[in-house]
Amino acid sequence: MGNSDALTEILASKEASGKKARGEIYGINGPVVTLLGDQGFQMNEMVYVGKNRLVGEVIGLNTEKTTIEVYEETSGMKPGEPVEGTGSPVSCLLAPGILDNIFDGIERPLSSIREKDGAYIERGVSVDSLDREKLWQTHITVKPGDVLEAGAIIAEVPETRAIVHKVMVPPDLSGEVIKAVPDGSYNIETELVTLRLKDGTERALTMCQRWPIRVPRPVLKRYSPTMPLVTGQRILDTLFPIAKGGTAAIPGGFGTGKTMNQHQIAKWSDADIIIYIGCGERGNEMTQVLEEFTKLIDPKSGNPLMDRTTLIANTSNMPVAAREASLYSGLTLAEYYRDMGYHVAIMADSTSRWAEALRELSGRLEEMPAEEGYPAYLASRLAAFYERAGLVENLNESEGSISIIGAVSPQGGDFSEPVTQNTKRFVRCFWALDKSLAYARHYPAIQWLSSYSDYVGDLAGWYTDNVSPKFMDYRNRMYYILTEESKLMDIVKLIGSDVLPDDQKLTLLIAKVIRLGFLQQNAFHKEDTCVPLKKQFLMMDTILYLEKKAKALVKLGMPVSVLEKFDIFDKVINIKYDVPNDKLELFDEYKKKIDTFYNDVLEKNG
Amino acid sequence: MAIEYLGLNGINGPLIVLEGLKDAAFDEVCEINVGSEKRLGRIIEIYHDKAVVQVFEGTEGMTLRNAHTKLSGHPMEIAVSEDMLGRTFNGIGEPIDGLGDIVSDLRLDVNGKPLNPVSREYPRNYIRTGISAIDGLTTLIRGQKLPIFSGNGLPHDMLAAQIVTQSSLGDNAEGEKFAIVFGAMGVTHDVADFFKRTFAESGVSDHVAMFVNLANEPVVERLITPKVALTLAEYLAFEKGMHILVILTDMTSYCEAMREVSSSKGEIPSRKGYPGYMYSDLASIYERAGIVAGCSGSVTQIPILTMPNDDITHPIPDLTGYITEGQIVLDRNLNGRSIYPPIGVLPSLSRLMKDGIGEGFTREDHQDVANQLFSSYAHAGDAQALASVIGEDELSDIDKAYLLFGAEFEKHFVGQDPAENRTIAQTLDLGWKLLGLLPKAELDRVDTKILEKYYRPTDPEEFEGALS
Repeated sequence: MGNSDALTEILASKEASGKKARGEIYGINGPVVTLLGDQGFQMNEMVYVGKNRLVGEVIGLNTEKTTIEVYEETSGMKPGEPVEGTGSPVSCLLAPGILDNIFDGIERPLSSIREKDGAYIERGVSVDSLDREKLWQTHITVKPGDVLEAGAIIAEVPETRAIVHKVMVPPDLSGEVIKAVPDGSYNIETELVTLRLKDGTERALTMCQRWPIRVPRPVLKRYSPTMPLVTGQRILDTLFPIAKGGTAAIPGGFGTGKTMNQHQIAKWSDADIIIYIGCGERGNEMTQVLEEFTKLIDPKSGNPLMDRTTLIANTSNMPVAAREASLYSGLTLAEYYRDMGYHVAIMADSTSRWAEALRELSGRLEEMPAEEGYPAYLASRLAAFYERAGLVENLNESEGSISIIGAVSPQGGDFSEPVTQNTKRFVRCFWALDKSLAYARHYPAIQWLSSYSDYVGDLAGWYTDNVSPKFMDYRNRMYYILTEESKLMDIVKLIGSDVLPDDQKLTLLIAKVIRLGFLQQNAFHKEDTCVPLKKQFLMMDTILYLEKKAKALVKLGMPVSVLEKFDIFDKVINIKYDVPNDKLELFDEYKKKIDTFYNDVLEKNG
Repeated sequence: MAIEYLGLNGINGPLIVLEGLKDAAFDEVCEINVGSEKRLGRIIEIYHDKAVVQVFEGTEGMTLRNAHTKLSGHPMEIAVSEDMLGRTFNGIGEPIDGLGDIVSDLRLDVNGKPLNPVSREYPRNYIRTGISAIDGLTTLIRGQKLPIFSGNGLPHDMLAAQIVTQSSLGDNAEGEKFAIVFGAMGVTHDVADFFKRTFAESGVSDHVAMFVNLANEPVVERLITPKVALTLAEYLAFEKGMHILVILTDMTSYCEAMREVSSSKGEIPSRKGYPGYMYSDLASIYERAGIVAGCSGSVTQIPILTMPNDDITHPIPDLTGYITEGQIVLDRNLNGRSIYPPIGVLPSLSRLMKDGIGEGFTREDHQDVANQLFSSYAHAGDAQALASVIGEDELSDIDKAYLLFGAEFEKHFVGQDPAENRTIAQTLDLGWKLLGLLPKAELDRVDTKILEKYYRPTDPEEFEGALS
């Protein structure tokens, strides 16, 4: 691990100066390695295990044995091989170069691994987390004499075309600037600014920080959510919105479209930064994200989506312990960008794989299992994970947020299993995917009756101010019609739809328009893949206007069978394709068409 | 030469315990001599000088005294070579066809290594199987892992054989080297014979390497069979540039073996007694499908598994579905109505299909036709359910049309002859003929332009005739 070892030494803070523990392997059971007795390691310390120097973490300590989980395949390792401590916990290196990159679960860039090892991932590979040679155009924003608090910004670096990286004072330091370099091109290890700390010592700051992945980065204050994370997906934005700084879970059996939904949100949501964690999922899917995001253009900035994205890929065949760590690595990267004042969205696909990794390790540690073999601390780990989301005031008084959208893969699609149930306790949005919708290829297959969003109340004000005062009324009306439909469908299933009175038939007809024309969204259609809020509102407006007019006709005694013959319903369903997102004035035509329809019906049947 | 250890310290099911080992490594293979017989084992747990070893051939006939163990110094390896095509091996890769050993300098670790996601190439090239339900609705893509979820007594073997025969001789195999690696875990003699015979009859025997662990052979051996098979597949695909189709049957036996070993080890069980690492273990098999960027070859997997009690939520199909890129589900109901292949269209899915079809690959209308067929067939199911409650006569005209569509769809689109090899165009045109049974206004999944171009109403009376 030559290079990154050296880097670790440079960057690790005070505690690294002490002596490092060493020991010898006693037992090996899959990814769990035990050492006899207490050999002086710290809890959660990062260690190098064996001759190949595989990365591991200390996860258990008592007087009899030290337990280590190894983040790489332990095949071929022998008892008696050395274990070497690093003196610091498993951490992420934070500096420019994180974006537009793909890492494994412990922040090793996969493209560097490929350069070194070829197509397959070898064990004990030593690569730097970030490029240490690359020169970044740096603009220094402080001068000698400035007094800086923790988190203060000392330099700005255009990291990608879309994002300016703000170099900050680490959260545990503050002091007076006594030296600063002029603007120029520097690598991430150049000393940019020297601080005199309160105790009189001097500390040089580079672009790098290290932060332990399991510890949340500090903030000044947490706010309650006030603005939505706009995703461009109608069913989410309108019916079940998630706030910036909010949490959501997408549970669904296989084939219901969890990953597809995550991709859509990652592509089109209005977050500044996307951290996409592929945790124990398919290799081909990560390749697809990588390919697509490099090609796709962000509608806001006009730059490739990868410019604002970081991928963490720990596919299902990569070692299980690193899968457990990958979620925390992603969170730490997200918190770092949040500290700069960005809105970050994390896609965790899938949290069930992470929970299974916990279960697998727990089993190897011979812990007492709770429900379905999961460890008893599953709930507290999930809580700790989702609680790292939030809209906050950072140490440097900027505002930033982390929204977490976690996919859940319940066994057999059964939502009563422990991971789904415990997740439900800690998230405020629940987007339940449904097998029968997926079978009928109704995408996104989010079941509107079993899904919910607890943010609707918090966000109502925002929608009123920024879209339309009628937005929430319309949303509630539409949701009401859908709920009515499901009640009526119970009757229809028993006796057919012919016997229903006309006003109820109309409810079914309008509900169909809502389902096909509004809820269904085609991710592969140029116009339909991402829809601005304004258009979502106008679509609702048109559908409900049609409902109003049709209702008036039914009141006048027109049978629904007559109304159905007019193609206005199909026209309204096709609005999503026929009205381009930048030609919203076309909606006026539809109102006229609905009026014509009203008059025609009256004329012909009046 | 290596030290030989005399005797054992314990035997428990397929596991043996050895003490006093020197320099033994985790996952190392050892050779155990029992009398004149040689067996292979793998170290699955090690504490200081004490190791737990899993014996592939089983522990029958072993005593604490009669075994001599030698450490090999490396993990499980097999010799690989192109000459292995056309040959038959046992579950741990030893030739059993009497044609002699495989001579090769190249020995590979059967565990493989995880493929770096940035080195993968996203699979885009479809494989024509000639089966409408697959080509049209769940298109198989080169580099994909697409399992067949079946049940006992359903014709999954016949379907797998048909896929192999037709795709290997199909139009997209031209000029490219194609081969099949067949791994059988715990299958009956009949099934093994069936495959051998079918491969011979269709003239592909020379391109098939068979790894066979029969139902009455040692359970632990089958834990290594898929890994051995995939090691050869990867070698042929990524070193020799061949397109490899890997058939693994039956994954259920594999998982049962895993459960057996896990329980002998005294591990804490998770669901239904299966070990907690079953997901990771299955992933280490299925994820070995794919295409490496810069290589001309590919590994495509069709694992077959029988769902215990036809239950798709059973841990084996469930975990498999979460790893593989879709699934083909066989339906007992269709089979009961003599429809072959009895592919349950609605729960079947190919995740990679969307990027490998359409203009430039198959035909511009492919995705639309597939979506519409799915949607209309789902509607037909609702109509069927309603009809069984209120009677067919009470249905509205439109529901009657759906009922007819559903029946014809199952009969002509899903159903086809085991020897019938349909082109993509035939499949799609057939789809349009069926959709023609429904009024145009009902086709809400099709782009308006495509609809104008392809939709023609079909007269129900003349439907049979229109097919020819």
